[in-house]
Amino acid sequence: MNAAWLPLTTLATSLLAAAVIFLLPEEARRLRTSINLLAAVSKIILVALMVVRVSQGYEDTFSFQIVGGVEFVLRADALGVMFAGLSSLLWLCTTIYAIGYLEGAANRKRFFGFFSLCVASTLGIALAGNLFTFLIFYEMLTLSTYPLVVHSGTAKALAAGRVYLRYTLTAGVVLLLGVVLLYSLTNDYSFASEEGLSPYLNDHRGLLTLIFVLLVGGLAVKAAMVPLHGWLPRAMVAPAPVSALLHAVAVVKAGAFGILRVIYDLYGIELSVQLGVTTWLAVAASITIIYGSLRAIAQQELKPRLAFSTISQVSYVVLGVSLFGPFGTIGALAHLLHQGFMKVTLFFCAGNYAEELGIHRIDEMDGAGKRMPLTSLAFTVGALGMIGLPPIAGFITKWYLGVGAIQAEMYWVVAVLVASSTLNAVYFLPIVHRLWFREGPAHGKGAWPKEQRLGRLETHGWLLWPAVFTALVSIGAGLLAGLPFSPLDWATRVAVGEYLP
Amino acid sequence: MIERFGLHESTFDPLWYTHWALAATLVLPILAGLLGARCAPRRLFPVALACLPILLAGALLVFDYQQAGLLRWQWQVAGVEISLRFNGLSGLMLMITQWVGAAAALYTPGHLRITHPGKRARWLWPLMGVLISSLSLIWLAADLLTLYAALELMGLAAVGMLLLSGKPAALKAGIRYLLLALVGSLAYLLGVALLLGYWGALGLQALAEVVEPGPVTWVAAALIGAGLALKAALFPLHGWLTPVHENAWTPVSALHAALVIKASLFILLMLWSILLPGTLLAPRFVAWLGMLAIVWGGLIAWRADSLKTLVASSTVGQLGYLMVAFPLLLGPSITPLAEALAWEGFWLHLMGHSLAKAAMFMAAGNLIIATGESSLRGLSGTSRRLPLSLLIFGIAAVTLMGLPPSAGFTAKWLLLQALVISQQWVAVAALLAGTLLTAAYVFRVFRYSFDETAPRHQYQPLAPGMDIIALCLALAAFALGLLAHLPLALIQGGGV
Repeated sequence: MNAAWLPLTTLATSLLAAAVIFLLPEEARRLRTSINLLAAVSKIILVALMVVRVSQGYEDTFSFQIVGGVEFVLRADALGVMFAGLSSLLWLCTTIYAIGYLEGAANRKRFFGFFSLCVASTLGIALAGNLFTFLIFYEMLTLSTYPLVVHSGTAKALAAGRVYLRYTLTAGVVLLLGVVLLYSLTNDYSFASEEGLSPYLNDHRGLLTLIFVLLVGGLAVKAAMVPLHGWLPRAMVAPAPVSALLHAVAVVKAGAFGILRVIYDLYGIELSVQLGVTTWLAVAASITIIYGSLRAIAQQELKPRLAFSTISQVSYVVLGVSLFGPFGTIGALAHLLHQGFMKVTLFFCAGNYAEELGIHRIDEMDGAGKRMPLTSLAFTVGALGMIGLPPIAGFITKWYLGVGAIQAEMYWVVAVLVASSTLNAVYFLPIVHRLWFREGPAHGKGAWPKEQRLGRLETHGWLLWPAVFTALVSIGAGLLAGLPFSPLDWATRVAVGEYLP
Repeated sequence: MIERFGLHESTFDPLWYTHWALAATLVLPILAGLLGARCAPRRLFPVALACLPILLAGALLVFDYQQAGLLRWQWQVAGVEISLRFNGLSGLMLMITQWVGAAAALYTPGHLRITHPGKRARWLWPLMGVLISSLSLIWLAADLLTLYAALELMGLAAVGMLLLSGKPAALKAGIRYLLLALVGSLAYLLGVALLLGYWGALGLQALAEVVEPGPVTWVAAALIGAGLALKAALFPLHGWLTPVHENAWTPVSALHAALVIKASLFILLMLWSILLPGTLLAPRFVAWLGMLAIVWGGLIAWRADSLKTLVASSTVGQLGYLMVAFPLLLGPSITPLAEALAWEGFWLHLMGHSLAKAAMFMAAGNLIIATGESSLRGLSGTSRRLPLSLLIFGIAAVTLMGLPPSAGFTAKWLLLQALVISQQWVAVAALLAGTLLTAAYVFRVFRYSFDETAPRHQYQPLAPGMDIIALCLALAAFALGLLAHLPLALIQGGGV
């Protein structure tokens, strides 16, 4: 039985939320908050329903014709539902956080309207059943994040927005060219097709490689792979919830997810290996991982350090994809989720430090653990997870990636992983050290840059609880990785489907 | 190719009520316009009431076409045979004309109420009626003489509307437009006379049967082409376009950019497909000009200081996309698939641009009225105070940029696919570059609007409906992109 309404309704919840928010007046704060939360919760329920349906073996599909030979397809398959689950869960957290963060700020209607639109696009990307539909939502994501990036309206934000558009729109054009070339070669092509593009291999080897380069090149901009990453550190001028959105929920993830789709569902992993593109991709991902970590060490401010860390971490996903073998795939898929939880925690915490204490630079963080214990605990969990310490989720991915590399007989990848973990430790441990083991304003030495008492607790509750929650999820995803419906379990399910058709 | 324009025999005679629908389509706009001059409506409701029967008549014609196939009419008037035909393409263009026309008409009362243009304003209504009627006639006409008459009538009505605003700059631009339009008509008329004298056929179908390639045909095609290109503001004959729109009233600009220039393009494509089927050079030449137009139009829009100039200049680039498709529609040895894709992409882009450009002119007009400033700089801080107008501008801009989910995107997709199949890589590059150039000038507007440091203005409140109508047009361009196969089903096949 095909429940076509399910993917459509899931998409519609956030679209509808966006439309209603745009219609409401700026002052209707309570109503807007309720609608935001209602939409987020109902979306989680719908996605949970989809998870159940997929685990029962259904792939609910909604489709209609756009023009001859091109269809709009939403399909809830295992991989898509995985990303949809991530984005909808983190949407709820980020929405709660953003409501707290933007308390009393201007232009909240615009912010939340485009915020919802942005998440709707992400969900569309997750559920897109063919490349054309994917492209629609991918470009929608670009357009709907622009107002968020320039939200503060300062000259710096506007400049960052300009850079963001330059990168992403150019990437969109490159992607469009790749998609058009592919459609001209193969006609409408569903992600669900079993065969892959292998029938075209003998006659069109060069063209297939070109299309691959165009598609992955276009996607790599959003995935912030070196040297196409320039927009990401600049976009850090945006408010903290937007950074969380860019780094963990939507934009960067959409790029990585697109690369997953291209390799697993469009080309097929075997064809990609035959084309010889995966090795190059692995090399590019490794360069990004090392380069991002090195740049992160050089940053003196917290948010840019986290931004470069994202550049490095997201490429683990790409690295895992380019390793031929189930373990690499499981590592890549699981990391898509794990990195989301951990990175969003780190950004929430960074936002909390900035809001509550006015901390932007790392050397201002001395002793913040005493003043804001829960936030600092959450930050520590995220940081240790990024380094890859058990039992936090990051360990699982690194383990699987390492095993995958050995299985694929690419031993240099193991060296990259070890080097990268070391570098992660180099740039995260000093922060953790400052938080807990140095004496700072909380111990009576000096003063915080700009302290506000936002709430009864260490900071505003709306800011604190999302960070604590995602930190707990990060630990849970690592500790309970063996349980059904854990990220690892679901990633294994997708990988098994990929390798054992 | 000419079958696609419905120039062949029909299977069924039109039914009795079809005749009435035709008459209503052609006459009612003028009558409604005269009524408008008499009453000078100040509210939406009477205008909506007047638009309703016209829209119904158009819908009825399309319905009849779907039932009976091609509809034809012929009359002898003073020894001259006048013939009309109604096929899917005519239906599509007629619907766009009527709906955009209705939107412009509904926008007008609010606009006039706020801007207080004086007594002259009542003459806008009959001119608008004549414009819609003559446009409808252009989509239907199947002989050279009717086409000429309708074209001339449309041109004069357009000039009249542009002159109405009465500003000295508007008079100057309007007179220049009038002169150029007359030159264009003259060139067209000369071409028609040449054809008539040599081949002795006025009806398009008869002409298509007798015409053969040769110097006479080529000269006639060149004259007609040049004349119509001037009227359609095709690059490099677009110089008159920007000053005209700069000074015209918003609904007039919307109608002009959305419909009037498209009519000349329609005639051009139709006549060339009769006169020059399978030629290589002429369509290639147009396509090269089109590529230049995309780049040049984008650049002048990017350099523009005033909002209306920006919107008007973008038309030049957008017409370039259509020009690029010419070799696929007219050229020799085009695969049927590429031709079909280009054909659908051409009309989809034309329709999408009509809707989006009308919406954009209205949104820009609203912004200018509300802020009282026509420069881009004057938009500073509007994102906080005029979010809806700006959002409409943005939605319309998505269509112009050719980003999903919009008619512009689907059309660009079809055109790109056709160009890739026929391996015209330069044109592919031009189309893709067009997206980036359009984004460059559109986001300039937004960069100003998001500026929070701007001083606070007093904003003039807008009349009800002014934003809503523009929003409907912009959203229609979106819907057209996602539901493209519904309208395109009308123009698929040979129009049988």
